[in-house]
Amino acid sequence: MSGWTRKDLLGLEELSREELTLLLDQAKAFQEVSLRPIKKVPALRGRTVALCFLEPSTRTRTSFELAAKRLSADILQIQPASSSLVKGETILDTARTLEAMRVEIVVLRHNVSGVPAMVARAIGPSVINAGDGSHEHPTQGLVDLFTILEKKGRIAGLNVLIVGDILHSRVARSNLWGLSKLGARVTVCGPPTLIPQGIESLGAEVSYRLEEPLPKADVLIALRLQLERQKEQYIPSFREYSRLYGIDREKLKGAKPDLIVMHPGPVNRGLELSPEVADGPNSVILEQVTNGIAVRMAVLYLVAGARGERGSVCGRMSW
Amino acid sequence: MKAPRILIKGGRLIDPAEGVDEVCDLLIEGGKVAARGKGLKAEGAQGLDAKGKVVAPGFIDLHVHLRFPGQEQKETLITGSKAAIKGGFTTICTMANTDPVIDSGAVIESVKAQTGKLGWIRILPYAAVTMGLKGETLTEMGELRAAVAVGFSDDGMPILNAGLMRRALEYTRLAGPPVIAHCEEKSLTGAGVMHDGVTATRLGLAGMPAEAETVMIARDLLLAEGTRGRLHIAHVSTGAGVELIRAAKGRGVQVTAEVTPHHLTLTDEALNTYESRFKMNPPLRTEADLEALRNGLRDGTLDAVATDHAPHSRAEKELDLGAAPFGVVGLETAAAVLLTELVNRGTVPLPVLIASLTARPAQVLGIDRGRLSKGSAADVTILDLEADWIVEAGSFASKGVNSPFLGWRLKGQVTDVLVAGEPVLRNGQFLVNGESA
Repeated sequence: MSGWTRKDLLGLEELSREELTLLLDQAKAFQEVSLRPIKKVPALRGRTVALCFLEPSTRTRTSFELAAKRLSADILQIQPASSSLVKGETILDTARTLEAMRVEIVVLRHNVSGVPAMVARAIGPSVINAGDGSHEHPTQGLVDLFTILEKKGRIAGLNVLIVGDILHSRVARSNLWGLSKLGARVTVCGPPTLIPQGIESLGAEVSYRLEEPLPKADVLIALRLQLERQKEQYIPSFREYSRLYGIDREKLKGAKPDLIVMHPGPVNRGLELSPEVADGPNSVILEQVTNGIAVRMAVLYLVAGARGERGSVCGRMSW
Repeated sequence: MKAPRILIKGGRLIDPAEGVDEVCDLLIEGGKVAARGKGLKAEGAQGLDAKGKVVAPGFIDLHVHLRFPGQEQKETLITGSKAAIKGGFTTICTMANTDPVIDSGAVIESVKAQTGKLGWIRILPYAAVTMGLKGETLTEMGELRAAVAVGFSDDGMPILNAGLMRRALEYTRLAGPPVIAHCEEKSLTGAGVMHDGVTATRLGLAGMPAEAETVMIARDLLLAEGTRGRLHIAHVSTGAGVELIRAAKGRGVQVTAEVTPHHLTLTDEALNTYESRFKMNPPLRTEADLEALRNGLRDGTLDAVATDHAPHSRAEKELDLGAAPFGVVGLETAAAVLLTELVNRGTVPLPVLIASLTARPAQVLGIDRGRLSKGSAADVTILDLEADWIVEAGSFASKGVNSPFLGWRLKGQVTDVLVAGEPVLRNGQFLVNGESA
C-alpha cells in the first residue's frame, strides 16, 4: 500500500479505496492511545493546528482538539465571536494570516459548501474539512466507517440505510462516498422534499417509506433534522416527520436484531430517534463519539506526514 | 474631430444585414461607409490591410452592466468602454441597475450626457421598468423613451407581480421599445447559487431549478401575446425556455431573445472547483440545455448573443460561493470564445455568429446600426480568425476579472475597431487614451 500524499483532506469523494483503508488502519492504531493513563504521543510536537470553526460546533471541535492534544500539537482556537471575521475580514484573509503565522494545519468548519476547497487552493498549510455547508464532513464519514467496521467486521456487502434530511446533510454525502467505495449498499430514505435531485446517480438507492428498506438494513444512520426545515416548508410538521421517519421501538420490530443505529449528533430526541432507541441496545452513538478522536488523530497524523512534518510514533495495525 | 478617410482592403466582408459574404474593400469617409467593392481606389486615404481577416459591422451588445453611475469600484466608463472595444463591440446597451437607478428622465439625461462626452463607443442606456427596481410602480416610460431609453428592464430583479408586468407590456405599445425580462421566479430560486441538478447535489450547493426560469418565460410570453406588447427575453439558459420562445414566435408573439457566451459553452460542472467566477444568474445549466441553446441560436429562435457583462471587484468575488455576487465579465472574450467553441468546431456557421452580434441585435431594438451598406455609420470590427491567445486576468481592460474563461486557449481575436469611422483599436492596441482608473 502506498502512503498518504495529500496536502488536504477536503472530502471522501476524491479518496481512493486504498486511502480510506489507510486512514482507518491508522485510526485503529491510535485507538489505544486514548486508553493509556497518559494519553499523549509526541507525533505533532512543535506543530501548530488552528481550529477554525466558523459555525457553532461542540462535538467536532472538541474531538479535533483532543485529537490534536493527544498528538502533542499546539492548538489555536479561532471562533467567529473572537475573530476579525466579524469585522468583515474575508475567510481568505484569515487563512492567509494563519499561513503567515506558520500554522501547519487548518481545521476548518464553515456553513458554506466549498470554502475549505477555496482556502486549500489559496494557502500552503494543510486544510482539513471539518464540515462545509451541505457538502462533506469527511471525518464524520470516517468515524462512521470505523464504527461500522468495529461492530460488523466488514463494510463490503452491508446494507446501510441513511434516514432523514439528505438534501442538507454533509454527513450523508460523506457517508455515501465512503460506504459505496468500500462496497456497502446505501439506501437513503426521507421525505421527497429532502432527497436531493439525482442522488441515485451518485450510487444511492432511494426510498420514501421507511418500512421498505428497514428489514434488510444492517446499519441505520439517522440524521439530525434542523428545526428550521419546517419553517422552510420542507416538512408539514414535526409530528408528521416523526411519525413517518422517526426511529422508535415499534418501527425497529421489523428490523434485524443485530441492526446498529448511528447518529452524528446532536440528537433531537423524540424526533429522529426515540430516547429508548438512542439509549437502547442497538445504539452505537457514544462509540461513534469515542472513535472520533482516534479517527481525527489519524487524519492529523497522515496529513502532517505528507508535509514531512512529524515523527514516528507507532506501527500500524490491521483489522 | 474629423474622421479620417480609410480604405479597408482585401478582407472577407461579412455583412449579414445585406446578405454579403465576400472578399472586397470598404471605403470609409466622414464617419460613414462611402463605397464598397472589389479593387477600390482612394487617393490619399489611409490604407488598412485586412487580407486574411474578417471585416464585420461593429458588434452590438444588448446586455451590459456598465456600473456607471455609482459603482465605479466595479467598472468605470473608461474601463467598460475599453473592454467593449477590445471585444469588438461598438454599441453597448447598458442596464439600469446602477446607483442611482436609471428610472427618471433626469437621470437618463445625465447619464447620456456623460457617456456621450467620452464618446469612444455608442452607449445606449436602458431605463428601469419600475421605480427603484422595486417592482411596485411603473417608471414614466413615455418620457424615458423620449429621453432616448432604447429599452426597459429591471434586470437582476425579476418583475414578480404579473399584473404589473402586464401593464408594462401594454405600455410598450405607446413607448415603443421592448421590456427586457430577467425571467426568474424567486420563490423557486431562493438562496440557490447554481443550477439544481446532480452537480449541485454532489457539491452540496443550493440549487436554482430550471423551472424558475421557464415558468416566468411562459408567463411573460403569454402576457406579451395577450397585450400585443414587445418583449425581449434576457439571457435564456434553458432548453425548455428555447422551446417556449420558438413556439411563441410561431404564433406571432412579438418576442425576441438573447443568449450569453457562457451559457452557450459551459455547464454546471464548471462549479466543481467552487470558484465564484462560475456563479451567475441564471446559472450554468446542463449539456442538454447547451445543445438546445446552440440550436436556438442557429435557427434564430435566439436572436442575439449578449454578454451580460457584470464586473465585480476582486474583493467581492473572493468571498465564499454563498456570499459572492452573481455575475461574470464577458465583453472581451465573447467573440473569441464563440469562434473557438462554436464556429471552429462547425456548430454554428460564421455568418450566423456575426449576425447574432450585429444585424440581429440591431433589429431587436430597431436601431440603425449593425450593417455596412453605403451610407451606414462606419462602425467596423475586424477579426483575425487565426490569432491564438490565452485568456489571462492580467490582460483585461475591464476592472472585473471574474471571467469563467480564465486560462482558456482561444483561436480568433478582434484586431481592429472603428467607431463612426474613427479607429479606436489597431492590431489589438488602443488608439484611445484615458486613465484606466
